[in-house]
Amino acid sequence: MSDGGSYYQRDRLWHPPAYTPGYKTSVTRSPQRALLSFDNSISEMTGPTFGHSIIGELDNDLILNFAKDGEPIGQRIIVHGRVLDENGRGVPNCLVEFWQANAGGRYRHKKESYLAPLDPNFGGCGRTITGEDGSYRFRTIQPGAYPWPNGPNDWRPAHIHFSVFGHAFAQRLITQMYFEGDPMIWKCPIVATIPDREAIERLTAALDMNNTVPMDSRAYKFDIVLRGRRSTLFENRMEGN
Amino acid sequence: MAQTLGHLKESASQTAGPYVHIGCTPNYCEIEGVFPEDLGTRMILGDVKGERIRIVGRVFDGTGTPLKDALVEIWQADADGLYPSPQDKRGTADTNFTGWGRSPGDMQTGEFRFDTVKPGRVPAKNGALQAPHVTVWIVARGINIGLHTRMYFGDEDAANAEDPILSRIEHRSRVPTLIAPRTAEDGMPVYRFDIRLQGPDETIFFDI
Ligand SMILES: [Fe+3]
Repeated sequence: MSDGGSYYQRDRLWHPPAYTPGYKTSVTRSPQRALLSFDNSISEMTGPTFGHSIIGELDNDLILNFAKDGEPIGQRIIVHGRVLDENGRGVPNCLVEFWQANAGGRYRHKKESYLAPLDPNFGGCGRTITGEDGSYRFRTIQPGAYPWPNGPNDWRPAHIHFSVFGHAFAQRLITQMYFEGDPMIWKCPIVATIPDREAIERLTAALDMNNTVPMDSRAYKFDIVLRGRRSTLFENRMEGN
Repeated sequence: MAQTLGHLKESASQTAGPYVHIGCTPNYCEIEGVFPEDLGTRMILGDVKGERIRIVGRVFDGTGTPLKDALVEIWQADADGLYPSPQDKRGTADTNFTGWGRSPGDMQTGEFRFDTVKPGRVPAKNGALQAPHVTVWIVARGINIGLHTRMYFGDEDAANAEDPILSRIEHRSRVPTLIAPRTAEDGMPVYRFDIRLQGPDETIFFDI
């Protein structure tokens, strides 16, 4: 199969729409005009690349990468999976960045005011680059749920934020990972911006007992799918018409 | 029923939330010692070809308030119109130029800033040249899926007039939302590109 064509159109009925009044901040931050569509040019089909050399030894270890005088408090987990494209192929050399609250549901951020305590040994950020088969892995503390100002009593389910680069700027994606079995998923206005229940389940990582480290860490498997690319097998002929 | 195509669905987007800077620019929000520097801070790595420029701007919500929790990324060609990406098979881009920048915006004003070079022209699919442009991607709390737009250059009237994307925009009054006027600051060319998420001057966003 030949690559090199433009990227499959984004399914805007699968992604959350811009305007979702249940998530109040979207009301003034959602474009109201129709998006302008055009076929990818080379500007969208290229994107930055990041060498494995930028990744430090502890970048994918949130248990140790901010530890000062001990390890962070909370449940130790491994998060692993693959970055795939819509054709089901692993996407190698993909920068994946992640950030999260600590075990109590508190972020290390000036503007964060939740009463749960900061953990002096937990920063809450990490990154890695996918291997040849698109696989990635990191170790962290299971984040806590936290309340947030939206409705009078809205809570975020436990989640990890992900930022993913594919090979093209058209593939750029930010999303969140949820945890299998968490009842808070179905009460969250941000989750509910996604119209399709199946799309939400695809963002929910499965408990993966086969990849646990006995007496140490549980594991969750989370695959991320980026836009796929058309084949250019027939492109020369198509352009002739 | 027909056979299934077996394609996977793209992972659904979720908002970057209020703390995107923790993950993408941790040093900026005082999480130090994890990464040596924030990625995307420097686009120019050495002796670079082309004209050095600065791009600044703010992102405004529908009430005219500037966002202070946005993350703006840009992607552009080098001065010769080549992308520093293995997907660009036309040649090798300037090795002292990354083509990619990321800005968390100023903590007080929300102003983003990129020190870069003016990009050269790159072809569209049919071979016609596009006007020089910078691809822009915006995420923030309240933005459910990252917004793509483009910045064009205010001193490129002739190229802008024949650009295949600018020239096909039906509502001509909206074209200026994509064009950054050229000014100067400390003897340096500065292009100001303000982005409006809503309102009469809503920026044109793309479904690419
Ligand atoms: Fe969060």
